[in-house]
Amino acid sequence: MLKINNLHVHYGGIHALRGISLEVPKNKIITLIGANGAGKSTTLRSICGLVPKTDGTIVFEGEDITSLKTTEIVKRGVTLVPEGRHVFPDLTVLENLKLGAYLRTDKSEINKDINRVYELFPRLKERKDQLAGTLSGGEQQMLAIGRALMSRPRLLMMDEPSLGLAPLIVQDVFKIIQQIHNEGMTILLIEQNASAALQIADYGYVLETGSIVLEGTGKELLNNQEVKKAYLGQS
Amino acid sequence: MTLELFLQHLTNGISLGSLYALIAIGYTMVYGILRLINFAHGDLIMVAAYIAFYGVGIFALPWYLSFFIAVLLSMTLGIITEKAAYKPLRNSPRITILISAIGVSFLLQNLGIVLFGGRPKAFQVPEIFAKVYNFGGVNIVGVTFFIPVITVILLILLVYLINFTKAGMAMRAVAKDYDTSSLMGIDVNRIISLTFGVGSALAAVGGIMWSLKFPQLIPTMGLMPGLKCFIAAVVGGIGNVTGAVVGGFLLGLGEILLVAFFPDLSGYRDAFSFILLIIILLVKPTGIMGEKIAEKV
Ligand SMILES: Nc1ncnc2c1ncn2[C@@H]1O[C@H](COP(=O)(O)OP(=O)(O)OP(=O)(O)O)[C@@H](O)[C@H]1O
Ligand SMILES: [Mg+2]
Repeated sequence: MLKINNLHVHYGGIHALRGISLEVPKNKIITLIGANGAGKSTTLRSICGLVPKTDGTIVFEGEDITSLKTTEIVKRGVTLVPEGRHVFPDLTVLENLKLGAYLRTDKSEINKDINRVYELFPRLKERKDQLAGTLSGGEQQMLAIGRALMSRPRLLMMDEPSLGLAPLIVQDVFKIIQQIHNEGMTILLIEQNASAALQIADYGYVLETGSIVLEGTGKELLNNQEVKKAYLGQS
Repeated sequence: MTLELFLQHLTNGISLGSLYALIAIGYTMVYGILRLINFAHGDLIMVAAYIAFYGVGIFALPWYLSFFIAVLLSMTLGIITEKAAYKPLRNSPRITILISAIGVSFLLQNLGIVLFGGRPKAFQVPEIFAKVYNFGGVNIVGVTFFIPVITVILLILLVYLINFTKAGMAMRAVAKDYDTSSLMGIDVNRIISLTFGVGSALAAVGGIMWSLKFPQLIPTMGLMPGLKCFIAAVVGGIGNVTGAVVGGFLLGLGEILLVAFFPDLSGYRDAFSFILLIIILLVKPTGIMGEKIAEKV
């Protein structure tokens, strides 16, 4: 579904991505793990057209989207839940969800989807008229995921959805991710919480200072000695 | 002071305050979305006034058509200004784009002198605005009555646009966060143009009504009202539309009532705004309705 080939990104003098290639097949969960500053967020942001690429190609469903504008990429069904949630703080929960459906015009279907998000996250329903900035961190993350679903994405990318959440809520978030996946969603997931991510992933890539150094199925990586040492805190 | 006289001053203050409010909104909207003080905003007052003047004077259009075209063209000019002078600098330091704004302001004033001439021109006030109406003993010139009415109508439309339409929701989103807005599929550039368009149109209406109230046109006529409306926006809390309206009325009413109650101080009329600005900056730097200023991420 998504194919990245030899992608390079520079921030001024910093060479953040040094020719990475990866693939996200339909209906799979793919995860990208790596230390802080490895270039995980940069990868997702460049897929969305938020950072300029210096070289390489990104192909989505057979179409080259490398140099498309973000709006165009979103239109084709790629959605990102950004790192740090980024809900719109002075808009209500409901308005945030409606913005997720900004490109859609099918009003009745949008309302159905809003209700579906409320089923997934009942807390959002109780707080639908509350300003998003007043939600707790966990609730904001639910809103960010719900908002992303509102565009009816074909590819859902999530940048550290468990960041800063209590362990119990982290579990919830992973359950939700799996549930969304079971309904047929293709997911590209970034996580600091590598073991949880690898457990639900079909396939994973390990990123180190802008290059992919290792790849394999979730199980393979979980059992890999280097991965265990570097990312799972085991020896 | 008799009650009638007081009411007369009051209506006067309200109508001046309306003008300030309309023009201040443009400053605050643009600041909200670009974090830029658009110094060229005041000059749209002048541009709109001259277009309205020539529409009637040279092209012999009916006044309402001429006014409408003036608003439309000023709106276009506002949008072009952003595309030509601000958009290429969007990732530059704030100060660069601020200087660009000052440059546009000078350009417009000097173009005004070249195109329209430096000598003052008398604005023809249509009969409906020039007539004196009598409301229970209070004599009101048409324009003094129409300005607040038109302002209120425009404010209601604006509130509706910002709070209850999809475009308004997008404007509020873009004002917070460009990247996340574009991830929603919002075309950020279009929303910025829309913001400039709306702000400029309000300034144009304000400028035309300004000329109805003070019917003398010169190319630098936008300077003082522009400055005062900027102050109104800051006093109200820059970035906050309600604040701009509050600030505008406060300035207009304050200025008129000061002169009414203390005729000796009438020479200080223009100073009132600046004194108010200094007080606000000392007491509550974020303005009356302003929240703490959060840096955009
Ligand atoms: N806007 C930017 N300007 C300059 N350098 C940047 C920018 N964004 C990221 N970088 C640099 O690019 C590199 C990769 O950053 P990125 O955010 O992709 O890392 P990450 O893997 O997501 O890390 P984390 O786990 O901490 O989120 C880092 O060295 C970072 O300092
Ligand atoms: Mg990151």
